[in-house]
Amino acid sequence: MLLSRTADSLFWTARYIERAENTARLLEAATRLSNVGSSTEQVSNEWESAVLATGMEELFEERYGEASARTVVDFLAFSEANPSSIRSCLEAARANARSVRTAITIEMWETINAAWLELKRYRTFGQSRGELMEFLRFVKQVALSIDGIANRTMLRTDGFSFFQLGSAIERADNTARILDVKYHVLLPAGDRVGGGLDYFQWTSILRSVSALTAYHWVYRESLKPWLIADLLILNEKMPRSLASCYGNVTRHLDSLSKTYGRQGKAQRMARSIHSEFRNRDIDTIFHTGLHEFVEDFIGKNNKLGGTIAEQYLF
Amino acid sequence: MLHSHMLATPSANLQAQLIWGAMTAFDEMSVDGSQCRTPYDLVRTWLDSLDPEALKRQSAEAEMLFRRIGITFAVYGEADAEERLIPFDLIPRIIAHDEWLQLEKGLTQRVNTLNAFLADIYGPRECIKAGVIPADLIDQNPQYRPEMIGAKLPGDIWVNIAGIDIVRVDADNFYVLEDNARTPSGVSYMMENREVMMRIAPEVFYDHAVEPVDNYGDELLQALQSVAPANARKDPTCALLTPGPFNSAYYEHSFLADKLGVELVEGRDLFVRDAVLYMRTTLGPQRVDVIYRRIDDDFIDPLVFNADSMLGVPGLMTAYLAGNVTLANAVGTGISDDKAIYTYMPELTKFFLGEEPMLKNVPTWRCREPEALSYVLDNLADLVVKEVAGSGGYGMLVGPKSTKDEVEIFRAKLKANPDDFIAQPTLALSTCPTFIGEGVAPRHVDLRPFVLSGTNGVNIIPGGLTRVALKEGSLVVNSSQGGGTKDTWVLAR
Repeated sequence: MLLSRTADSLFWTARYIERAENTARLLEAATRLSNVGSSTEQVSNEWESAVLATGMEELFEERYGEASARTVVDFLAFSEANPSSIRSCLEAARANARSVRTAITIEMWETINAAWLELKRYRTFGQSRGELMEFLRFVKQVALSIDGIANRTMLRTDGFSFFQLGSAIERADNTARILDVKYHVLLPAGDRVGGGLDYFQWTSILRSVSALTAYHWVYRESLKPWLIADLLILNEKMPRSLASCYGNVTRHLDSLSKTYGRQGKAQRMARSIHSEFRNRDIDTIFHTGLHEFVEDFIGKNNKLGGTIAEQYLF
Repeated sequence: MLHSHMLATPSANLQAQLIWGAMTAFDEMSVDGSQCRTPYDLVRTWLDSLDPEALKRQSAEAEMLFRRIGITFAVYGEADAEERLIPFDLIPRIIAHDEWLQLEKGLTQRVNTLNAFLADIYGPRECIKAGVIPADLIDQNPQYRPEMIGAKLPGDIWVNIAGIDIVRVDADNFYVLEDNARTPSGVSYMMENREVMMRIAPEVFYDHAVEPVDNYGDELLQALQSVAPANARKDPTCALLTPGPFNSAYYEHSFLADKLGVELVEGRDLFVRDAVLYMRTTLGPQRVDVIYRRIDDDFIDPLVFNADSMLGVPGLMTAYLAGNVTLANAVGTGISDDKAIYTYMPELTKFFLGEEPMLKNVPTWRCREPEALSYVLDNLADLVVKEVAGSGGYGMLVGPKSTKDEVEIFRAKLKANPDDFIAQPTLALSTCPTFIGEGVAPRHVDLRPFVLSGTNGVNIIPGGLTRVALKEGSLVVNSSQGGGTKDTWVLAR
């Protein structure tokens, strides 16, 4: 049993940390692609789609207008005006963790607090590419540490489940959003199959979810767009795939219903979403429309977050 | 009149002894700068083994540890200082074994008196009837809560957690400077200072018998559970009520909830139904039996006190007075923090316990009494003047450390509202060796031990919070006024 407010804060601490890490990966992938040095038009698209993948495009246009390396890095990494920027996420995670200081372990608190202190050391404007890379590495490291600490130090009680639910739902959302923005490069495009730029686009998708190496180990063949989609949507072995995230979501919701001796709408919803992944293959998804599938998922995933909050009185 | 000012006015002899400058402050480590008092032998040896550079390094390491742990303290009125560290001084403050035994007895007596006094003023009012204390001092005190008249509390205990501020002026004399019976803070520093000290200088603890302080959480939980309502379950549910993360002592609240293993709740986590208190949980409403509240009376229940309070719980007083939940400390204990009430503590001890007070009060002039007032006005530049309801070092005048203008401003305040003030001689507070960046120098200190009362008796963890005035010559140790803290070692033999 937990205070409802505590469950809420644990859920959101995990979400913010996960979001910070995902944004760091997006920026890494975009930076890398802009290094390739192809036509400027394509490169600028890359920055734009990074913003699109975070779902903050309206605020971005209002504040900056044009998407370039400078504006997008500023917006996604450091902007205080962007509630989903890496800095805002780390600050929100810390504020949430502080308000439930007793529900997390000392190690977890010290790490989140140290990250927040460390954040102040980074220049928020006019940094070199090297400094930016260093910053993004730091953010990923923080997320990895917190994940590890959660697994190594937290009691396996309901608090742990709420924390893990936050991670899984946010992670699924991030993977789905990348697919939502990039689905068109995965679609069969007639004459333009597997050109140089496509290849970079595909690797860029995989990099933004740390899945490039995984792809080769799982499929043992050269990059195929439908296999990339398979990996990110259906493959349960891939920790950032939608199916894998929903494996975690259902597991932790089941664990809550066991602890509390009752289950509700959230459990039923999660199971129904999870079964959609099990009963489908990638051909059917392409056939019925990749874009529609992903959009539909983003909506359901969001709704589940709301249902969990309702069921446990956040 | 029994409560004549003569009872409170210090003798000429004592005054001379206490007034700052009339004699050099007593240094707890070395009487004359060379000779080391025995209890400090281990500190001397440790300091001798370190060069100034090593001391500086360890000091920096300690600060880093505190920052990482997140022990911070917000200072009201400083916008950019949402979270500031209270400076920690590495050099511990020592209390000899037999000194502690004396203090322990005196503190127990003091807190027993406070509990008897509170039970009496909200009950039969014997001390007023007997003329020990004037009725208007009680009835017109803003901290007196008529809602509590006739309240029956488990074990008749009103002050479950007290912080009694103690100062020392020489080898033999400890004085009580203030009683804190509302929501005394600082105990987390007592525990964390020890933790950091043991991480930084484990070698000092080796072989030396210093009384541990880390069982405070267990003792506090026992004291809280002991006062659960009679109708509570066998294993009563306690919770710590905090105003939230923006409160200056929030770190301490979360720290204590962790040590107690109880939920850290805010007002919005609680609700009252049919005069029973519940917290909102993921499993639905759960009954709460004991609230360790770190919120002042004024904010605890908007239906009874401050109606604008968002921090409290509507209906909490109903549940409390119905005996369905215990609040620790009780509502209405703030009156014993009043500095005018303080001046009557020696007489109250005699009256309620029939004992001679073991801990002395600092001699005090009650400015409400005309003769005392005229003396205070004549000697303003030599005295410390405090607001009776003030705390945290705010609203006070330290005569010898103030400009002429400041003294005159206070003179006007005193004349306008003499009832609001008391005055005391400027004490030559004892000093302790303190690391000041370039080396070690004596700085003034006080001590706040924490006294727990439950139906299981009075319990004091050997130690407390030592506060140190870091500025040379300064006598103000409050953390809100730039004071620091030290680890406090009570020697086990």
